[in-house]
Amino acid sequence: MKDVKHYDAGEYDIVVIGAGHAGVEAALAGSRMGMKTIMLTMSLDSIVALSCNPNIGGTGKGHLVREIDALGGEMAINIDKSFIQSRMLNTSKGPAVHSLRVQADKRKYHTEMKKVLENEPNLTLRQGEVVDILIEDSQVKGVLTRTGAIYKAKAVILCTGTYLGGRVYIGEVNYQSGPDGMFPSILLSDSLKNKGLKLRRLKTGTPARVHRDSIDYSVMEVQPGDEEIIPFSFLNMDKKFDIEQVPCYLTYTTDKMHEIIRNNLYRSPMYAGEIEGVGPRYCPSIEDKIVRFPDRDKHQVFIEPEGLSTKEMYVQGVSSTLPEEVQLEMYKHIIGLENVKFMRTAYAIEYDSIDSTILKLNLEHKEIKNLFFAGQINGSSGYEEAAAQGLMAGINATLNLKGKEPFILDRSEAYIGVLIDDLVTKGTNEPYRMMTSRAEYRLTLRQDNADLRLTEKGYKIGLASEERYRKTMEKKKAIENELERLKSIIITPTSETNEILRKLGTTDLKSPISLYELIRRPELKYDDLIIIDSNRPKLVREIRLQVETQIKYEGYIKKQMIQIEQFKKLENKRLNIDEDYTNIKGLSNEAKQKLNNIKPYSVGQASRISGVSPADINVLLIYLEQKRRSEKKSV
Amino acid sequence: MSDTIAAISTAIGESGIGIVRMSGKNALNIARGKFVSIKGDNFKIENRKLSYGHIVDNDHIIDEVLISFMKEPYTYTRENMVEIYCHGGIIPVKKILELLLNSGARLAEAGEFTKRAFLNGRLDLSQAEAVIDMIKSKTDKSFEVSLNQLEGSLSNKINEIRDLLLSMIAHIEVSIDYPEEDIEEITYEDLEKDSNIVKEKIKALLSTADRGKILRDGLNTVILGKPNVGKSSLLNAILRENRAIVTDIPGTTRDIIEEYVNIDGIPLKVVDTAGIRDTDNLVEKIGVDKAKSIVEDADLIIAIFDVSTELSDEDIEIIDLIKDKKTIILLNKTDLQSLYDKDYFKKYIKNMHIISTSITNGIGLDILEDSIRDMFYSGEFNIKSDAIVTNLRHKNQLEKALKNIESVLNDLKAQVPLDCLEVDLKNCWENLGEISGDSVGEDILDRIFSEFCIGK
Repeated sequence: MKDVKHYDAGEYDIVVIGAGHAGVEAALAGSRMGMKTIMLTMSLDSIVALSCNPNIGGTGKGHLVREIDALGGEMAINIDKSFIQSRMLNTSKGPAVHSLRVQADKRKYHTEMKKVLENEPNLTLRQGEVVDILIEDSQVKGVLTRTGAIYKAKAVILCTGTYLGGRVYIGEVNYQSGPDGMFPSILLSDSLKNKGLKLRRLKTGTPARVHRDSIDYSVMEVQPGDEEIIPFSFLNMDKKFDIEQVPCYLTYTTDKMHEIIRNNLYRSPMYAGEIEGVGPRYCPSIEDKIVRFPDRDKHQVFIEPEGLSTKEMYVQGVSSTLPEEVQLEMYKHIIGLENVKFMRTAYAIEYDSIDSTILKLNLEHKEIKNLFFAGQINGSSGYEEAAAQGLMAGINATLNLKGKEPFILDRSEAYIGVLIDDLVTKGTNEPYRMMTSRAEYRLTLRQDNADLRLTEKGYKIGLASEERYRKTMEKKKAIENELERLKSIIITPTSETNEILRKLGTTDLKSPISLYELIRRPELKYDDLIIIDSNRPKLVREIRLQVETQIKYEGYIKKQMIQIEQFKKLENKRLNIDEDYTNIKGLSNEAKQKLNNIKPYSVGQASRISGVSPADINVLLIYLEQKRRSEKKSV
Repeated sequence: MSDTIAAISTAIGESGIGIVRMSGKNALNIARGKFVSIKGDNFKIENRKLSYGHIVDNDHIIDEVLISFMKEPYTYTRENMVEIYCHGGIIPVKKILELLLNSGARLAEAGEFTKRAFLNGRLDLSQAEAVIDMIKSKTDKSFEVSLNQLEGSLSNKINEIRDLLLSMIAHIEVSIDYPEEDIEEITYEDLEKDSNIVKEKIKALLSTADRGKILRDGLNTVILGKPNVGKSSLLNAILRENRAIVTDIPGTTRDIIEEYVNIDGIPLKVVDTAGIRDTDNLVEKIGVDKAKSIVEDADLIIAIFDVSTELSDEDIEIIDLIKDKKTIILLNKTDLQSLYDKDYFKKYIKNMHIISTSITNGIGLDILEDSIRDMFYSGEFNIKSDAIVTNLRHKNQLEKALKNIESVLNDLKAQVPLDCLEVDLKNCWENLGEISGDSVGEDILDRIFSEFCIGK
């Protein structure tokens, strides 16, 4: 390649590389907090591309979307504009694990987000391939594009997704490529390696897209949306959603299909050992499922629309790395897909990621100042996980430039905190997906209270809007008032009352009891008790839900609050992130090495590093106290 | 750090008095709940005054004690402190400590009193390093102890229970995190059945936690050796040096005599085989089978060899008998010309305490006693009485686990949602994990992905 002549393309506070789910949240957070921001992308047509499934939300992920929204991010608002089916999952279980999951119109999701970006005053959108990061004196200075443009910047956020070093695998065929036929980002990958960043390979995969009219839906189970639509964004809670929902369909694989797969396993690059990247266990290819669970005679397949403006359908559950001709044959042996017409072939994609333990909790590189990372490059997987990191990287890049304290959420405050702490403290060997079981304090980290947990914080750092903050405060007040009111209303055991209670499926009252106490009974609902609560104020659904949840699960939540209090004690013991642990006497050698590696932010974070024992934590506590006192002396 | 901690602060063993100490906000309240003064008043505990009375557990007197209360901040830890002075020996201090733990105190970690003293500003800066050293050494030691103990049946049993808990948790988690997968949803009936199994298993383990039996009966100790090797000298020496509780209790046969001695509070029942005082060949005299069964029943064997003579066939026979047993080897008569040493002997037997002695001159006996004590407190003995749980910390964790699984069972009856009752289930699993030293982490996910076919 001939040397390209470089030119000065302007100066920015923040450059965001990539316009996926991480990139847009980072760019919006930065620009909304007053930073002059530019977002560079390989293609302006693939902004927030939903390259894999057409869903937003689900267990754990839905929680993340609500948290992003509560802090002032865009994902929830954008999906509320573009969903075509909505379901609340897990309603038969407790409120902590209710999870909103919707089908997105992919094209509309992209178009709506692009509009928002284009209208953001501080934000420049620019198509261009970044090929080098400019670093001087361990500090980021800007980026260089393939066409020679140098964008000077005070901070750079890398959100490269599966583009970085991307390679697509379909059977024996493989080639350098980004997702879904896009160009890969190869030169940037080389540049990062030259800068001494260790990259490793991860892998993910996606199923085929097929033509809507080539499917026999009569043999499938229809999966409609919920009758009552609950939006993602807290700003839309009182909004009516009058949309016609589109159904999904459930069908199954067959023995014959499994046989075809088994006969052709040797042609899969995964089984031939050609792919070195590690794939996610929760997103197995159909080959994996059949090899690992040979006793299963069928697997579920969901047929989901990709949007309203297309006849492409997503075949959830059948991602594959087998050759195209085998795919065509095996898909025909899914019930109802006998005459299936392919539009896009299933493929696996391998890409570069960093070891996320080289990052600080604010997602900044430990050694290179103002270089931030978010999304798949950090080893995570999923649109929501990416968006959450992008948001936090955008916020923290801004706070750095403003010379303010980093914004860090801990594991007891948000799923976002769990996500980032896991990545930064423990690292990950496979693409990391959020699950509710990863959160120790699941009962308090509910999707219904994300605003109560986070909006005030988002407002204080200057991201969440005035309107959002006011709404949350009003909601808080309304909940408190209603809880107080319920405590003050005493129900006496009259014969009429008892008759009503019996009708509601509960036992008689023997002595007077507050309404608050009465709602605790598992068989009673807040809404049902309006019969004996005639002066009840008119409250919106989400407030009624909060009131009921807070009363019914008070005991469990209190128990968790005590655990959180314990947790916070160590979390609040701050460590210096430039600390050299080699010189602290009493630490085990393994602990010294691990602590020097991770450079934890608090004693709590230190305690989660594998290889750091309780005895080492005691040593740290004493060391901190020792330091505090000698500092006090010298003052 | 406002919770209340408790620990035995005198060395465990045969001493005149034992001290149990508490520090923390609730120390006084906890003490008041269990102390009755001699006048029948439990509020008679005053700051910086000794009160005389009893520690009681539901009207049952545990011990006659003196108790003192020191109000914060003028105490060692700068927190409220209570000290209970009771009778020495193992039983009173342990019983009192257990009572305090059941009343809301938490077992102190290694060096925690000193740690609090430091963190609360009581010790000066120059002492910080010493504090770190102390915490390190104590923690290392207690870690060693629990590791030793865990090699045996306890860890197997704990792992068995944890495994069942883990599969329950994994099933709950997969039901929660993968609601649309084609897997059997976990039912409350399944959970109740499994929770009851867990509960019974924990209870069974706890029932073995009573050290009473071993403390009553003593460690079954056998002294072995060929004629004239020094067996009777050893027995006499031990009896002379240590308080004999009972002497000359006739055994089941006329050939066996049992002597009771107490080494630093550890009761030993020394089975004195007829062979000890005779000059006959032990194995020949009482028969191979009998010898084997004596050895089989022993908690501890002290085997004596005479280094002034070559190893004989009979010595080899004895070595064969004791190979897999908890044994202390004495290489006796080092005052004479030694024909072999420890290293030579290690060829025959590995991993055993080997001590060079000259019993008649009283050399090496202190090392023997130290070894017995170390073996006892590090839980090396596989006590025949099925006392699997011998460590108070373990017992404490098992009790917490039991409480948690009972609360799960209550929740199941009340049809509490899965995500709520899972909290106690996980706590139960973690309580047991603290015994075996296994942490939470990826285990649950590993189990989910190995047992369930999930993911779209």
